[in-house]
Amino acid sequence: MSRFQKGETICALITPPGVGAVGVIRISGSKAIEIVSSLFQSNKKDFKLTDAKTQTVHFGKVMDGNMVLDEVLVTIFRSPHSYTGEDVAEISCHGSGYIRQRLLELLQSKGALMAKPGEFTLRAFLNGKLDLSQAEAVADIIASENKSALQAAMQQMRGGYSDEIKLLREELIRFAALIELELDFGEEDVEFANREELKTNVETLLTKIKKLLKSFELGNILKNGIPVVIAGKPNVGKSTLLNTLINDERAIVSDIAGTTRDTIEEEFNLNGIRFRFIDTAGIRSTDDTIESIGVERTFQKAAQAAVILYLFDPRNTNAASLTDEINELKNNLHLKDATADSHIILIANKADLYDEESIRKEYASFSNLVILSAKHKTHLDLLMQKLLDVSGVEKINLQESLVTNARHAQSLRLAEESLHKVLVGLDMQISNDLIASDIRYAISQLGEITGQVSSEDLLDFIFSKFCIGK
Amino acid sequence: MHQDYDVIVVGGGHAGCEAAAAAANMGSRVLLITMNMQTIAQMSCNPAMGGVAKGQIVREIDALGGYSGIVSDRTAIQFRMLNRSKGPAMWSPRTQNDRMLFAQEWRIMLEQTPNVDFWQDMVKELIVENNKVQGVITSMGIAFKAKAVVLTNGTFLNGLIHIGEKNFGGGRSGEKAATGITEQLVKLGFISGRMKTGTPPRLDGRSIDYSKTEEQKGDENPGKFSFSDTAPLVRQRSCHITYTNEKVHEILKTGFEKSPMFAGRIQGLGPRYCPSIEDKINRFADKTRHQLFIEPEGWNTIEIYLNGFSSSLPEEVQYKALKEIPGLENVKMFRPGYAIEYDYFPPNQLRHSLETQLIENLYFAGQINGTTGYEEAACQGLMAGINAHLKLHKKDPLILKRSEAYIGVLIDDLITKGTDEPYRMFTSRAEFRTLLRQDNADIRLTPMSYALGLASRERFERVQKKTALVNEFIDLCRTTSISPAEVNAMLASKNSAEINQKIKANQLVLRPNIGLAEIAGCSEKINQFFNQIDNTIGQEVLEQAEISIKYESYIEKEFEYVEKVNRLEDVQLFEDFDYSRISSLSLEAKQKLSKLKPRTLGQASRISGISPADISVLMVYIGR
Repeated sequence: MSRFQKGETICALITPPGVGAVGVIRISGSKAIEIVSSLFQSNKKDFKLTDAKTQTVHFGKVMDGNMVLDEVLVTIFRSPHSYTGEDVAEISCHGSGYIRQRLLELLQSKGALMAKPGEFTLRAFLNGKLDLSQAEAVADIIASENKSALQAAMQQMRGGYSDEIKLLREELIRFAALIELELDFGEEDVEFANREELKTNVETLLTKIKKLLKSFELGNILKNGIPVVIAGKPNVGKSTLLNTLINDERAIVSDIAGTTRDTIEEEFNLNGIRFRFIDTAGIRSTDDTIESIGVERTFQKAAQAAVILYLFDPRNTNAASLTDEINELKNNLHLKDATADSHIILIANKADLYDEESIRKEYASFSNLVILSAKHKTHLDLLMQKLLDVSGVEKINLQESLVTNARHAQSLRLAEESLHKVLVGLDMQISNDLIASDIRYAISQLGEITGQVSSEDLLDFIFSKFCIGK
Repeated sequence: MHQDYDVIVVGGGHAGCEAAAAAANMGSRVLLITMNMQTIAQMSCNPAMGGVAKGQIVREIDALGGYSGIVSDRTAIQFRMLNRSKGPAMWSPRTQNDRMLFAQEWRIMLEQTPNVDFWQDMVKELIVENNKVQGVITSMGIAFKAKAVVLTNGTFLNGLIHIGEKNFGGGRSGEKAATGITEQLVKLGFISGRMKTGTPPRLDGRSIDYSKTEEQKGDENPGKFSFSDTAPLVRQRSCHITYTNEKVHEILKTGFEKSPMFAGRIQGLGPRYCPSIEDKINRFADKTRHQLFIEPEGWNTIEIYLNGFSSSLPEEVQYKALKEIPGLENVKMFRPGYAIEYDYFPPNQLRHSLETQLIENLYFAGQINGTTGYEEAACQGLMAGINAHLKLHKKDPLILKRSEAYIGVLIDDLITKGTDEPYRMFTSRAEFRTLLRQDNADIRLTPMSYALGLASRERFERVQKKTALVNEFIDLCRTTSISPAEVNAMLASKNSAEINQKIKANQLVLRPNIGLAEIAGCSEKINQFFNQIDNTIGQEVLEQAEISIKYESYIEKEFEYVEKVNRLEDVQLFEDFDYSRISSLSLEAKQKLSKLKPRTLGQASRISGISPADISVLMVYIGR
């Protein structure tokens, strides 16, 4: 964790280090004003710097123990109205080397740290006070300070998909070139691409961008834990399963149906991958207001989940009505069949109370079925393997590109949005020059990620592919 | 015998003429030195002005108070607005011109410009003292003193003409090359390079059978370039289209071994978008025919320019091949096509004012900077003339932004990206294409030029009036409701959905096929407003208001983007900034930034190899 994240207060001389009439020391951070106040004695009686308003200047003395070190002016900037965006105090002292040095020592004795080169600006950046807040630059600066392996890691992370985005960008440029061809060279004797072709082109690109965006979601999920919802009718043992999985009596277990009225979340680490289990209120129509809110919340949670564990008691249902239950669940979640089925694991619970073989036969048509006993902890290993399979974490691990940088994801999202506009424009027979402006925007967004910016690329493509020129 | 001048312009082509006129009109005493006063403003290649992106430049030159638009209008024999079917940013005016009249008109306009003197001679040397230019010395040994010099040498610097295996020194067909200047500039520290361009054969129109060609007429309602009161064309001449065929290609191929290009005798790089016919056949072997334009060289002359057939193959091969082209079976040739190699100076040695970085008060404009095209040359000449004058009066140079003019895009591209093939303007080079339209060039640029003392008060007042009327018109459309009774008949006739309740006029203009003219035909209030507008600008106001309404969302989006980009554009970088000490910059960025010394962060961001991350790093360091 960086000093910034820890909220450390930093200080440094911000005027040139040589001898001058006045020197200015800047202190920035959550304790900036408190620290300066502890050294400062105002000429006004009973006045404390900690009470000072933002953008005000105060005259007084800096005390070195009982001695007066210097008479100074202190300017107070309160967050966010400062250069760094944090609380800032700036002390204008006399320009002697000794005074400045001693003042910095005193500040450090009160808990401030010496600022590193560029650190005020870095904080300004991180607090959004500077315009172009770009993750790379920040990484670059952090790296230039401590030369840690962090940079290498980030570079690596980035390199993984920047190639893929370069390819995407090239495809877009090829596409833009087809559009531009007609604009700049409409008078030429070349064949222009038809709109249907262009449309297919954009659609292909969109699919690829969506996939990358999906990988960002996945990356996020990996970071925050894969959400797994435990759902099912009341009293099929959902809370028992949760407790079994996390070895903790977190959920209140009883045999009264509807005991769990709200969702409960717990984390669980499997093969180094975090899963976030969400126990839910049992799904049933109910007149109990609180419980029905719980049911509603179950649906919401389930809709966000990567995996749904659907528990049932095989003795109380049969294949046909289970199908109905699942369909109703999917309906309520607005899930499409194909995607939904692969994300739902069916758990026939209470295996200690029936004959497994006959149950297996009864429910043979369901693919993701696990028979276990939550209470007696049997066949839990089967569930674990299913979880890894269904969540797909093993598959995505290193093979696929994973977008992890939030700014890159944002660029991809904007590119996606622009390409959608292109599709609409193509449908509405809008003139190519206007369509081109949306494509350019998408290209520039992808360029932000790969660091490429040039309109020359377009022309290069046109000249290499078409016989242009009278 | 000779007075001292403020500005000496070397070369009397499109760049030189505009430079001389601009500096003189601003008040400088100007001497135009040209090797041949009979060929001032000679159209060395095709007899046409404008075209896609180039037409926009001519409009910009005109809006700034240059002469190219006026001369083109007065000497046009055909006018076409290209790309009419596309969005308004793409509309591009183009004229065919009478080559002889064009040169004559330019000469007369320059003669009538106070403060312009002429001298026929070749400049062989610059007078340079303490890295500052002081004048020129001619081949006759005459020294002319001047405070600033604009070099517009075109293809004349060590020009070498190639036809087949023959080559000879020359700046243009029948004209001598210029020597001495390149060598001196290189000694002074400039880097020079070679470029190549070419031109097609000229034909005898009496020997062409037009019945075998397609006619290409001018517009029914011809427009014009100049925002001033030049008259639109009443009658026009047509061009004709014909095609090469495989037989033509076979014959041309027999000359390939004697081709100076394929044999490697030509070192300079030619323009990819203006390839010779042999290049087209060679590179696009699967194409069985190429389009050719038969363009008349004037109202009365029988001379024909065969656009699309640029060649440096042996003249007898050119001739034999021509005869296989439909319509040209009995063709007579006046002169063969040829290729020409010439010296240029990579333009990243310039400042955005077009002043050289090495020698103070020395300006370059036109092909010497690696560009091609009359329009590209003319606008650089104009800017060099303006900036030379401003510099002598200790004023800031006029630097047009990329968001303000194609001229700004052109100069910024040259200086930031450089070029190793002849640079031609395309609309795709302009990221703010929707703003840089030919219809609003006057609104964009005339006020700026007026403030500098170049554009006349008359022009300025016209733009002010036009702008005010356009805004009034737009407001009127936003506030005027149109009833179904007023408009439905018209909508039905245009296959546009009828309305069933009142709607604001501007909403209707958003529909395709519906323009302000149609609305004016339905609404008494709007019609009245339109009719009280002075005839001379009525159509322009209507068009401008219509475009503003129809494309508002695109225009606004682009303005937003401009603002975002200008935030970088407004951050100045110091020329002596030591990039090597910024450890977080990539090695490539350090090298390129140190070499190109960008003026602003925006310019830095456009240098190839400079990534957004590098720009962020620079921002961080500047912010500190």
